[in-house]
Amino acid sequence: MSEPVEIKASTATLARTNVFKRILKNPLGIFAVAVLTIMVLVAIFAGWIAPFGENAANIGKTLSGADSVNLLGTDSAGRDTFSRLVYGAQTTLLSALLCAAVAIAIGLPAGLIAGYYSGPFDSAANWVVNVLMALPGIIVLLTIRAAFGPSVWISMIAFGILISPGYFRLTRTAVQSVRNELYVDAARVSGLSDARIITRHIFSVVRAPIIIQTAIVCGVAISIQSGLEFLGLGDPTVATWGVMLSEGFKNVYLAPTLLLWPALAIGLAVGSLVLLGNAVRDALEDREKVTVSKRNDPPTVALQMQRGPRKKKAANVEVGTEKHLVKVSHLAIGYPQANGTLKPVVNDVSFTVDRGEVLGIVGESGSGKSQTAFSILGLLPPEARIMSGSIQFDGEYTVEPGEDTVNQGRLSALRGKRISYIPQEPMSNLDPAYTIGSQLVAPMVTVLGISKAEAKKRALKLLSDVGIVDPARTFGAYPHEVSGGMAQRVLIAGAISCEPDLIIADEPTTALDVTVQAEVLDLIRDLQKRLGVGVILVTHNFGVVADLCDRVVVMQAGRLVEGGQVREILGAPQDPYTITLLDSMLENKKPMTMLVSQGGTTS
Amino acid sequence: MVTFILKRIGSGLVVLAAISCLTFFLLYFSSTNIARNILGEYATPEQVAAKQSELGLDQPILTRFATWVGNALTGDFGTSWFTNEPVVQSLLTRLPVTLALVVTSILIIAVLSTLIGVAAAVKRGWIDRVVQTAAVIGDAIPNFVLAIVFVTIFAIQLGFFPATSSIQPGADAGAWVASLTLPVIALVISGLTSAAQQVRSAVIKQLEKDYVRTLRSRGISEGVILFKHVLRSAAPAGLTVLSLQFIGMLGGVVIIEQIFALPGMGALAVQSTTLGDTPLVMGVVLYTVIIVIIVNLLVDLANGWLNPKVRVS
Repeated sequence: MSEPVEIKASTATLARTNVFKRILKNPLGIFAVAVLTIMVLVAIFAGWIAPFGENAANIGKTLSGADSVNLLGTDSAGRDTFSRLVYGAQTTLLSALLCAAVAIAIGLPAGLIAGYYSGPFDSAANWVVNVLMALPGIIVLLTIRAAFGPSVWISMIAFGILISPGYFRLTRTAVQSVRNELYVDAARVSGLSDARIITRHIFSVVRAPIIIQTAIVCGVAISIQSGLEFLGLGDPTVATWGVMLSEGFKNVYLAPTLLLWPALAIGLAVGSLVLLGNAVRDALEDREKVTVSKRNDPPTVALQMQRGPRKKKAANVEVGTEKHLVKVSHLAIGYPQANGTLKPVVNDVSFTVDRGEVLGIVGESGSGKSQTAFSILGLLPPEARIMSGSIQFDGEYTVEPGEDTVNQGRLSALRGKRISYIPQEPMSNLDPAYTIGSQLVAPMVTVLGISKAEAKKRALKLLSDVGIVDPARTFGAYPHEVSGGMAQRVLIAGAISCEPDLIIADEPTTALDVTVQAEVLDLIRDLQKRLGVGVILVTHNFGVVADLCDRVVVMQAGRLVEGGQVREILGAPQDPYTITLLDSMLENKKPMTMLVSQGGTTS
Repeated sequence: MVTFILKRIGSGLVVLAAISCLTFFLLYFSSTNIARNILGEYATPEQVAAKQSELGLDQPILTRFATWVGNALTGDFGTSWFTNEPVVQSLLTRLPVTLALVVTSILIIAVLSTLIGVAAAVKRGWIDRVVQTAAVIGDAIPNFVLAIVFVTIFAIQLGFFPATSSIQPGADAGAWVASLTLPVIALVISGLTSAAQQVRSAVIKQLEKDYVRTLRSRGISEGVILFKHVLRSAAPAGLTVLSLQFIGMLGGVVIIEQIFALPGMGALAVQSTTLGDTPLVMGVVLYTVIIVIIVNLLVDLANGWLNPKVRVS
């Protein structure tokens, strides 16, 4: 057991040095670290740096300007502004640390216990947290001051309590998310005590967020404390920046610079703490980003606003190919990398789909099959680039040879109307905020230009067509009120609602229960026959291909490895990859012969 | 839905009770010399004793609390120990100023942060970078420091605005606008950037959802997707931030009001707590907590309306 713990610890150390290096690479991070280091040094060596005591007053020299004795002038009691600023750093920083320490001392253990054991302590702690968070901080601090007097330390302890929910929530969430991780289970099974598990495994998870939170809390503490003192509620015998600010504001007409220095000090301290917190967060996020790009996930999808910049007429397609419903020629799709090159995810892919034909695109995840399908829909992420090749739909280019993105102007005329889409995961593809009915009606009103009442009538008919028993009830239901299978039927109803010529189905049954899978496949087959619509079916499952498709293309690592009639490919696969895929089917699924005979009836 | 509201109101009342109890007992520590403070140094011990019994300070704390609760339940918060003005009346003359300041600021922040956050999320590029940087800088400057800078430059040095508020009972709209402009700007600047940042992340999170792609595939226009679907689902995150900012501002305006010499709740809070004027402090705390509870309730209701799942549970 000790071994994995060792490894974890060493990677954590490594990560920590990396994070620190990254903070220092960020110009704002350097600035923050530098300012805070100087302030801390000044605070520590205040006794040596300050030429005068914090309250040493020279009554003969009040509100004087800067000179060689009083570097920044004096205040209304003749006290040296520079010395007070230096001593102020001491009190201000110490009180901020006290506040953070109190908040951590309360929030962290409470969060650990509440997150790890949950139960009644968790509910009680949550209630207290909600009460604390409903309190306007300054009003409470004013009350505390009324009760206990104007001590900086007491008000900072009180503020630490008030602000402890931040640590509590953070720790609780982090602990809850790792509590059921396998390595924590493993530690528990191997007999480690709860205390050991918490300190060893869980504490390492919350460390980083707590550092960020502490930087921010210190900033807030300084700003709140200075605010209170500015109100004249501070302890007048202690030099702090807030007291100086208050003094400066009283004399703003006589000596405006008295206000400037403490305001600058507060601004710099609070600002640097916030910047430091941000720099740590950025550094940690950078680390995550690196791991993400290693996994090669498709980049995030942002809204595509390039709404057909050029609506110029598309070039004419090659004569003789316009009879194909879809023709994809030598298509290559790539994503920009950090070093400026394009990394291809689809390479030299060509196929056609004719009217009323069902084409299967088969391949394992990451083979580029979904990217190919989305390029036909024009729904690739905005970062995606067409590196070469063309796509034509019904005799017109949607991607001309030489274009590097899908032309949204041309596709928005087709999408929803002539090309439609059945997604993989039914639940996440319906907007949870609207009823199923309204999500069916809106596209019909937009695309077909019919009235809402007419669209509703059609929607109810569609729902019953896709085998939903009580269409009216489903029409009025919200997505979370129906089952996954039913949601997928709704999405299929949506896909056929505007009578498209082509349906692109992206793994339409993968997310469903096995029994529901068969029903949904039957439904797609029936609808396809009845409507005579062309279908591109993206799947990793040869069983589905055999069940539904006329022809199939097999993709591996972005390339087409084989294509042809389903019966031929299933019966006599040529490419070793296809053979591997088919073999892997044999082990777990129904016997091959049955698939072939079924495939024979559909083709 | 009705049980949902009743539950929220119920828990709000429990919080209210807990806080009034806590505050009352805290203030007990400050009320030891109160009669002497009210009457001044030269009052005789007999006068002090008479004042103490007049204020009920000679009774045990629990009795005093019970009396206070009994009166408060009938809407009577007592009178100020120092000015003899009924607490409710002082609060009602001060509350409009504070609410005008906070509500105006929050509304402006709501509108601007939505516009900026959506623009940053959709367009990315330079707008996004500006918003992100501004959010860091906005967080970094305490709003009262900003307010002090404003009052020094625009009111005292340049004289564009009155340095001292001209709001008083019966003041015309012009006086309100002139007095509130600078403080509102200070509050908006310090709240706007972080709110816009939150809206931005919420919108980006929604844009990455599968249903957005499916809506696009159905031929729904980008504008409709953004304003009808994405913004609606992103709204709860924005509302939460705004409600937290609202609570923060209720406290923060204490300082802001002092800087701009606005006759709001803030001045009352400072004055009453400094003097240990228990009835007035209790009034200020209770009114503030009630406002917080109402705001939280409104946010919960809005979230319930926006998200049908919340409505059910």
